[in-house]
Amino acid sequence: MLTVNVILGVSLIAFLVVLCFFLGYMERKVAAFMQVRLGPNRVGPKGSLQIVADTIKLLFKEGLTPDSSDRFLFNIAPFIVVVTSMLVVAPIAFAKDFQLYDIHIGVLYVSSISSMGVIGILVAGWSSNNKYSLMGAMRSGAQIVSYELSVGLSLISIVVLTGSLNLNEIVLSQQNGWWLFKGHIPVMIAFVIFIIASTAELNRAPFDLAEAEQELTAGFHTEYSGMKFAMFLLSEYINLFVVSAIAATIFLGGWMPFHLGTWEAFNHVMDYIPSVLWFFGKTFFIIFIIMWFRWTFPRLRIDQLLNLEWKYLLPISMINLILVTVMAIMNWHF
Amino acid sequence: MNKEELKNVLSGYSSNIQFDETTEPLSAIVPAAEFFGLMQFLRKDAQSNFDFLNFMTCVDWKDHFMLVYFLHSTTYRHDVMIKVKLENRDEAEIETVCNIWRTAEFHEREVFDLFGVKFTHHPDLRRIFLDDAWEGHPLRKDYTDENMIEL
Amino acid sequence: MSLLGEDILTEEGEFIINMGPQHPSTHGVLHLKLWLNGEEIKRVQPHLGYIHRSIEKMSESLSYRNFIFATSRMDYLSAHMNNEACALTVEKGLGIEIPERAQVIRILMSELTRLASHQLWWGSTGLDLGAVTPFFYAFREREAIMGIMEETCGARLTQNYNVPGGVMADIHPNFQKHTKEVMQQIKSKLDEYDDLLSGNVIFEARTKGVGVLSKEDAISYGVTGPTARGSGVSCDVRKWAPYSGYEKVQFNEILEEGGDSYARYMVRMREMKESISIIEQLIDNIPDGDFQAKTKNVIKLPKGEFFQRVETARGELGVYIVSDGAASPYRVKYRSPNFSNLFALPIMAKGGKIGDLVAIMSTLDLVIPDIDR
Repeated sequence: MLTVNVILGVSLIAFLVVLCFFLGYMERKVAAFMQVRLGPNRVGPKGSLQIVADTIKLLFKEGLTPDSSDRFLFNIAPFIVVVTSMLVVAPIAFAKDFQLYDIHIGVLYVSSISSMGVIGILVAGWSSNNKYSLMGAMRSGAQIVSYELSVGLSLISIVVLTGSLNLNEIVLSQQNGWWLFKGHIPVMIAFVIFIIASTAELNRAPFDLAEAEQELTAGFHTEYSGMKFAMFLLSEYINLFVVSAIAATIFLGGWMPFHLGTWEAFNHVMDYIPSVLWFFGKTFFIIFIIMWFRWTFPRLRIDQLLNLEWKYLLPISMINLILVTVMAIMNWHF
Repeated sequence: MNKEELKNVLSGYSSNIQFDETTEPLSAIVPAAEFFGLMQFLRKDAQSNFDFLNFMTCVDWKDHFMLVYFLHSTTYRHDVMIKVKLENRDEAEIETVCNIWRTAEFHEREVFDLFGVKFTHHPDLRRIFLDDAWEGHPLRKDYTDENMIEL
Repeated sequence: MSLLGEDILTEEGEFIINMGPQHPSTHGVLHLKLWLNGEEIKRVQPHLGYIHRSIEKMSESLSYRNFIFATSRMDYLSAHMNNEACALTVEKGLGIEIPERAQVIRILMSELTRLASHQLWWGSTGLDLGAVTPFFYAFREREAIMGIMEETCGARLTQNYNVPGGVMADIHPNFQKHTKEVMQQIKSKLDEYDDLLSGNVIFEARTKGVGVLSKEDAISYGVTGPTARGSGVSCDVRKWAPYSGYEKVQFNEILEEGGDSYARYMVRMREMKESISIIEQLIDNIPDGDFQAKTKNVIKLPKGEFFQRVETARGELGVYIVSDGAASPYRVKYRSPNFSNLFALPIMAKGGKIGDLVAIMSTLDLVIPDIDR
């Protein structure tokens, strides 16, 4: 059993790394097409091996540790960030009957482990011994901790509707239709809030003030170079994948095909498409939307960002939660 | 106001002002002692209302400096050039006008940097373009430097 | 050297940070020293001189034909208008009239330059505020305009097209057709830009009410150009002191009352439309004739002082030449618009946050080589 688990674990890590190559390539191509240009098109067929080349470049870079930084913390920060992001992938169901770790408090596990990532960011900013990194880390920390509340509340709306924290049961409960359509308005509001708040959690535009090059060079990871910097990038993409996978699982049905109520014939046809394709299709759709945000909107100032959360998103999420509860009790959903 | 009317307004203020009609906006050469009073007058006078200091510079005529203040009125759209002759090149000093027009603070720093004219009561008189440790004032006609090459 | 080791707080508890001189957001080599209290800016102090090339001193040893071209490198985004200012001053000194054809060509080139400059400004405003995509769209339009310049003048950025007496060579035969095509392309895109950036809620939140410059302050600090027009100061030189044929062209002076960054932004967006309208009025009506008036090979201005102002994309550029009859100017002073505009920055940024400072600087539209000359 142990060897099987170890092999599964290692293959998961390998899968995640390959996924990040693909996500990096997708980001650059999506950006390029939105900006009327081509993007990477030299390394490999149509530029697909570009990120591999970038990773090899980062491997060869000199890994500088600033003289007066706190060495232990400086070295450990990237690992904290990467480990927490990889841990969250465990309970996600990639396909029917394919889940690495079926924990019965799946939603709680995901929520709590992903919030540990902020520790890595704060440690990185502090230990760099640099005014700019410190400011960037503080901003990041404040942002992430605030937006976790909205993320949690929107996840709870679906937990209320299904009555279970287990990710598998949530997917199975969407047999007759995805929660996004079954739960109509309150769940759609929760979905929109989840997407906005997760973009803020990921430190991506329009909430990427912490890494805004135009203002504070690169924020909390200014002093990092070489492989440690690559780890920060890796964790950002893994988090992106995780957030989209959770959104897909909870709101869009995970690996459950698109069923329309009781139309047997239609459902039967939909079932022919393998569930793993459904899962990845939905996940990449949400990833595409989050990438689309980045290249369209200007960024928010830090006080506007926190205002958005505390004065708008949080009250709306709380009211929405009450609506969802009422809806669940009165059985007003499909 | 055209040149004649401006001349009248200026002569009305003081009789020691000399006029130079050949230049495009009217030029008025003021003795250094009456300079500050004239500037305040031009700013406050309702008929002329020179509320805009276009630029301020200095011309090095080898034996004296001539400071040039180019004033403009945004309401009447007329210009005038007020000039002050500073005889002593090595110890040239004049009153600052940065309390009258805020932009003068920086034009005066530029003149100090490049010519060496000191402005009394200036809030922050130091070099603006060159290093603080630079010696000499480059735009003077007699400035030399070991890096200069004769063509 | 450790920063945490020494005292980084001043006596008032303020944190000093240097922004620049190498920084992706300051449009050139500008060193700003910021006194911060947390995120709030208490004081901004610009430090200049990183690109001081003493163009004024150099001009004293160049001939009247050559010194014009050094000014292309001052405000390089309005290079044509800088050259035009110098050429007009020399022509004033010589007392010559330039032919109508040359005047109209100068206006067309100036407006094309203004359009290209405002496009670059729009792209870099989006970039500074975090929206990366407008930068690419703006440069696509700018490339089209620079293609026109290259066809006629031979160069894209520093055209060196104006000479005392007119323009250096006649326009390319394809000029009118090419310009009309490019104007069609740009007109259709300007509304798209309004949708992308101007109407965006986040953009408005970042620029409305940010960096307010009152009308009195604008006049006292000598601010000109779209920056002053955003505060309600009517100062368009093309309107009140027309030169080179501008009196015959119909266009509006755009004024906004707000004085904040959003007002300055809207002024420039509307000015782009006005520039297109001027070009369309003139493109089919270029008079025939000479493109250059006859001047001697070696130009010598008579003894005296000459001043001419033009409206560049950033404000009022003034050229003041003092001549003592020789073949080189005795003293040239460039009244650069960016020099005066920059020093309004400390009062606009005080009390705001660093994010606001970036928004203010992008709507001030500074080009640093023009400040340092």
